[in-house]
Amino acid sequence: MVEYIANYSAYWLIFLLTITGLYGMLVKKNLVKKLIGMTIFQTSVIMFFVASASKWNATIPVVDPNIGSAATSLYINPLPHTLMLTAIVVGVATIGLAFALLMKIYHQYHTLDEPQLLERMR
Amino acid sequence: MIEHLPILIPLTLLMGALLTPLAGALRRSFAYPAALVSILAACGLSFLGLHQVLVRGTMRYHLGGWVPPIGIEYVLDPLASFMTVVILTVGALVFVHSRDVVQNELPEKMVPFFSVSLLLLTGFCGIVLTGDLFNLYVFLEISSLAAYALIAVGEKPSPVAAFRYLLVGTIGASFFLLGLGFLYMITGSLNIADVADILPSVVSEPPVVVGLVLIVTGLAIKMALFPMHGWLPDAYTYAPSAGSALIAPIGTKIGAYVLIRILFYLFDPNYSRLQLPLTSIVIWLSIAGILFGSIMAMAQKELKRMLAYSSVAQIGYIGLGIGLANPLGLVGAVLHTLNHAFMKGGLFLVVGNLRTRLGHSTIPLFDQTLRKAMPWTMASYSLMALSMVGIPPTAGFFSKWYLVLAAIEDSNWTAVGMILLSSLLTAVYFFRVLERVYVRNSSSTGESGEGMNPRETMPSDVESMEVNASMLVPTLVIGGGLVVLGLLNTVIVTEVLMRVIPPGL
Repeated sequence: MVEYIANYSAYWLIFLLTITGLYGMLVKKNLVKKLIGMTIFQTSVIMFFVASASKWNATIPVVDPNIGSAATSLYINPLPHTLMLTAIVVGVATIGLAFALLMKIYHQYHTLDEPQLLERMR
Repeated sequence: MIEHLPILIPLTLLMGALLTPLAGALRRSFAYPAALVSILAACGLSFLGLHQVLVRGTMRYHLGGWVPPIGIEYVLDPLASFMTVVILTVGALVFVHSRDVVQNELPEKMVPFFSVSLLLLTGFCGIVLTGDLFNLYVFLEISSLAAYALIAVGEKPSPVAAFRYLLVGTIGASFFLLGLGFLYMITGSLNIADVADILPSVVSEPPVVVGLVLIVTGLAIKMALFPMHGWLPDAYTYAPSAGSALIAPIGTKIGAYVLIRILFYLFDPNYSRLQLPLTSIVIWLSIAGILFGSIMAMAQKELKRMLAYSSVAQIGYIGLGIGLANPLGLVGAVLHTLNHAFMKGGLFLVVGNLRTRLGHSTIPLFDQTLRKAMPWTMASYSLMALSMVGIPPTAGFFSKWYLVLAAIEDSNWTAVGMILLSSLLTAVYFFRVLERVYVRNSSSTGESGEGMNPRETMPSDVESMEVNASMLVPTLVIGGGLVVLGLLNTVIVTEVLMRVIPPGL
């Protein structure tokens, strides 16, 4: 059992991060804290991809003359990393838009606390 | 040029989205024509694409000349070409309609509004056309980000609605991405056709099951399947009229489209039906959604909010067709995607007309003067309402007909009963408006009693408030189009939708 947990330690940490993010989004009352939860959640997905690409006894995906290009198992798969660069860009755009929305909400209602906001929206 | 069609459709829209602000910077009045030209061009290309696919079969385009599975490919197959035609036809009609609506509601934001709208449609078309799973995620986020922005420029509470939609939508997209991660770990590929080839040999691995469940959960959030619909009513209600007319008909259907792709094209159709009880979960959630949406719609006083809850019910029909997982169900679901896109788009155009002229769309304030003041708008509304209820020969009848047949074939009598019951509920909430406009005496002549002939109590001095041609024509085209679509349904089904059914279903 201990071995099972230890072998997948990275995934357990990522799982913890996912739960933390979801907890923040569901439980926290402040909209900025909800957004922080969302960011943690998104980051955990990015970490998941990066962790899935990691490999022992392998090197960076640039052709090494000592290894040659035929032994592909000695290189790390670069694709998940490049995919996650795109996902990070998407995440940045989302967070930027979210902050713009939060500013607009604050200008209109002068609060970012959800119970107060719901009261003022009525 | 023909072989470039799959990429030309989203590219035309993307170029339009970039050129519109430039044209607007040159002179503000140039922005709208630039946006209109690009969507009309893309719409023409989508029809050309459908024609080519029907004549020559599926078209594949390798981006940058890289051969899949290494490169990204764009696939114009019968389902994709059908969906692009639906999206862009509705989009073009809404664009023609929305010039005056946007000028009325958002005079300062005309240029960014049309630019972001084109970006939204770029996202939708990209989702439909791409043959690469990660590319699909990126387009899903492009369209979602554009949708958040379009919603946030509406009424006062709209930023709050958009922020909630953003949180929920991002969870949905992240679930989708997480599911992709699991599938990628096992198959090592992201190309839909390639993954579909590899999956049968690894389908019993736990990560595949986890991945599929995560993807379906994420898509259920994106398509607002009950009980993941919480973001929808506020978002559609507070969005500007032109924005909701663009997002409501297409936005949730895109989620349904991706669900069809994943369940029936990526995976073997029998896998998600027999080995995992996923499709039966989708059926029961859809039935709950149909009932919940219809009942909530009956309780609403604001026309736009009523339409939003009606959307929750209607996505239930599409989900039901997908969940039944037989050819008739799939035909019904795809046909209902087309019909509902036209009906909901048209109804939101009617709301736009009402808001432009009356300044509100509150149902209790409607009275019979409307039938003289805006005769054509109300006539279109009547046609759309009949189609929503499903009265032949309007289009809505036929998709429900296929869904009922599919449910009977599956011996799912609850679903059959629910489709019939919800048609009655739909009649209740749509005919409330018709009753106020066409039957009931106006409130100003209330003391004359209810037994009077409404013709006699009709105030004769009602002046016409009908909207101008650029708004009226799209409304009428959709209203009349529903009858045409209904009459042409056999042509659509035999010529296009029969080719949509994937092998093995």
